[in-house]
Amino acid sequence: MNKIHVTTKINGDPVEYLCDPEDTLLDVLRDQLGMTGSKEGCGTGDCGACSVTVNGRLVCSCLMLGAEASDCEVATIEGMADGENLHPLQKKFIEHAALQCGICTPGILVAARSLLERNPDPTEEEARYWLAGNLCRCTGYDKIIRAVMDAAAEMREAS
Amino acid sequence: MALDSDSDIKQFKIVGTRPPRPDGIDKVTGRARFGADVTAPGMLIGLVLRSPHAHARILGIDTSEAEAMDGVHAVVTRADFAEIEDDDYTADILDNCMAGEKALYDGHAVAAIAASSGAIARKALKRIRVEYEPLPHVTDVDAAMQPDAPVLHQERANETVPPDMGGNVMARYEFGHGDIEAGLNKADRVLERTYRTEATHQGYIEPHACLAQVGPDGQADLWCCTQGQYMVRDTCAAMLGLKQGQLRVTASEIGGGFGGKTTVFLEPLALVLSRKSGRPVKMVMSRAEVLRASGPTSSTSIDVRMGMTKDGRITSAFAELRYQGGAYPGSPVEFGAMSAFAPYELENVKTIGWDVVANRPKQAAYRAPGAPMAAFAVESAIDELARGFGLDPLDVRLKNAAREGTRASHGVTYMAIGLEATVHTAKNHPHWSAPLGPNQGRGVACGFWFNFGGNTCVSLNITPDGTVNVLEGNPDIGGSRASMSMMAAEELGIPYDKVRTVIADTASLGLNDVTDGSRVTFAVGLATIEAARAAKREMCKRAAMVWGIEEDAVMWEDGAARPAGPNAGEYPPMSLAEIAAIASNTGGPIAGHHEVNAEGAGVSFATHMVDAEVDPETGAAKILRYTVFQDAGKAVHPDFVEGQFQGGAVQGIGWALNEEYVYGEDGTLQNAGFLDYRVPVASDLPMIDTVILEIPNPGHPYGVRGVGETSIVPPLAAVANAISAAAGVRMDTIPMSPPRVLLALRSG
Repeated sequence: MNKIHVTTKINGDPVEYLCDPEDTLLDVLRDQLGMTGSKEGCGTGDCGACSVTVNGRLVCSCLMLGAEASDCEVATIEGMADGENLHPLQKKFIEHAALQCGICTPGILVAARSLLERNPDPTEEEARYWLAGNLCRCTGYDKIIRAVMDAAAEMREAS
Repeated sequence: MALDSDSDIKQFKIVGTRPPRPDGIDKVTGRARFGADVTAPGMLIGLVLRSPHAHARILGIDTSEAEAMDGVHAVVTRADFAEIEDDDYTADILDNCMAGEKALYDGHAVAAIAASSGAIARKALKRIRVEYEPLPHVTDVDAAMQPDAPVLHQERANETVPPDMGGNVMARYEFGHGDIEAGLNKADRVLERTYRTEATHQGYIEPHACLAQVGPDGQADLWCCTQGQYMVRDTCAAMLGLKQGQLRVTASEIGGGFGGKTTVFLEPLALVLSRKSGRPVKMVMSRAEVLRASGPTSSTSIDVRMGMTKDGRITSAFAELRYQGGAYPGSPVEFGAMSAFAPYELENVKTIGWDVVANRPKQAAYRAPGAPMAAFAVESAIDELARGFGLDPLDVRLKNAAREGTRASHGVTYMAIGLEATVHTAKNHPHWSAPLGPNQGRGVACGFWFNFGGNTCVSLNITPDGTVNVLEGNPDIGGSRASMSMMAAEELGIPYDKVRTVIADTASLGLNDVTDGSRVTFAVGLATIEAARAAKREMCKRAAMVWGIEEDAVMWEDGAARPAGPNAGEYPPMSLAEIAAIASNTGGPIAGHHEVNAEGAGVSFATHMVDAEVDPETGAAKILRYTVFQDAGKAVHPDFVEGQFQGGAVQGIGWALNEEYVYGEDGTLQNAGFLDYRVPVASDLPMIDTVILEIPNPGHPYGVRGVGETSIVPPLAAVANAISAAAGVRMDTIPMSPPRVLLALRSG
């Protein structure tokens, strides 16, 4: 078995790793780099708990090979806060109690940030359809959608 | 507000507010550590070999080839576990974790392996040779009850089952009072209908995961995602032949449970693999394994016979409930039979429940286990009768509503309850009178859950600088650390952010029952308040010592000890922080604790209202509007109460519309993934409106009732009543997936 050498950037930091050809990006993040904020809920791209962005595009890291992430800009939940300063979405999720167990939260936050980067003023329906790839079993989505809409409003005001 | 007589609080300052949860930052930054997020030096990866057959005798397992592979450190089968005698309950859990003589369902574990990498473990699984003798199987509940059905277990039925029943009927339950036939004779109409519900999975997003380490001295440590670390300890200790004190279990953050993590699956396997290999072993289920071999709830078939007068009085109510609970006895049919008619005051009522086994995974508790299916049948029947007479379905429920003093069908007499309040509030809510469009219908339904108290221990430690740690033994599944901190702060009279609540491992606190029965805010809250009161008594004693007055001449008020009675005002009050700072000089560290088997959990009722639209061309139903009315006793943190109402309602919507276990003719599960087992997504749903009612529970110092489970009881029926109204045809089978609705439209 030949390992593949990968050089890339994760949350702005230069990173090197060796991975097996069949290792997913999620495997690399969790098992090699210790970045366990991205979760494996299904391994088949159906739940969105492993959501990251690669070169600005929202992907399920369980559906991408670690070897494919060479020379990319990968962004995970671990890079969402700026040091001690939480991202407005992170703050609003706490404020609106938009999480219960919290397992889907990292993926939903990464997906929601990706939405607001493209569409700073989404309708409720647009937010619901954008987040339809992220399963949450606890909340019924109500408080999640409210938190995303509120964060969007605050970010629009701030910009 | 309702406060017990021991309280020195005049008005809540913290309870009822919405502070941020203490685990919030960890969970929005990815720092929180869940079951699969840990590693150990020298760790092996464990995997499970599962039966491809629905029912098969295991003739032999040859592990020699797998064991000989480089990187494979242990292979285990049932032979590696202790024999469990005189405890059928635990013996069944063991047999479910690792098959014995027979594989009883598709996905049943038959062997497990630990290897130095996941890749090696996956290859090694293929080298284990299992010789099966496939047997006839049965997965449907009604088919499993037939006298000629393939039988899973010989001679397992208990003494309640008549001898002429089929071999898969394990137990019979009966509840009620009055005379059913006499009641039916007084009715203006008698409805008889059979209802069916398919099995669903709890659907937590975090698959089961654990990390086990067993030392050569028999000292063992286990990290796992569970609703009850003490349950894991006691069950695994029995399976491994360990003493409970030798096994320390630490609960990780838990990524959803809903009842599905109130038992063990991987944990005993990881421990046995670790014991055999001498290395730490980590195991994580795939989603397909979660669906094939953990969870689900029962599929059911329920007959209802109900008589009603034309003015809406239910004269007689009968239900016969058949629940298959998978391959082992213990389906929640008893709860179904007890809860079916619980919202109503009935003169003549009877339920019979049949516990049935079938070739499916052993059912696990799912949020108000057994009740949603029974409520679907009963609330659909009430709706059909009410609409048939042209009566308002909420009026009919009020006319028959249980209230304080009502003797329920399961034999208890209710204390103060909130059913009528939820129905009245629903009737006066703008949702009830909002206009509907074409192909739209509105449904309502009521629901009940018992709630539970149980064994509970809490320790509350006052630190030298006057901050407080609360140690509790129940995994926080929806914000309970915040609620405990709030109740401790309220009772001590200090700010919320001075209290930090942590979840203890099994070696650090006495026995705590599983996080189930909506018990945590009630029972752990009660123990937290009592632990705080114990600490306050001690602090009053210390202040009395400083002041040189009698202990009982000191009272606690607003976060400080104060001289009372004849000494009132003689000394300035001593705050908690001041007393804590000098604790070393007044007798040593200060802590309070409370241990209890809590009773008085206070039953819970809800009414749900839903608008649905049916597409007559496709049969697809869309939920347009949804409102939950539920009694919380006292909402400690209203955000989390609303969250429980919303989450339960949406799980119920998924059950009503889409979710189901689909078995092929070969008895294998056809939809073991989130693509085909479709839980609700954000774009399926509207906002879920909530109305919290507060009818205090006299069994809790602050009036708290559990709220977690009741919210899943009404939605199946409420949605069915809405769709039936929209489609103009009665839906009697769950889920109401587009093909089923289309078929009903075309044949109705």
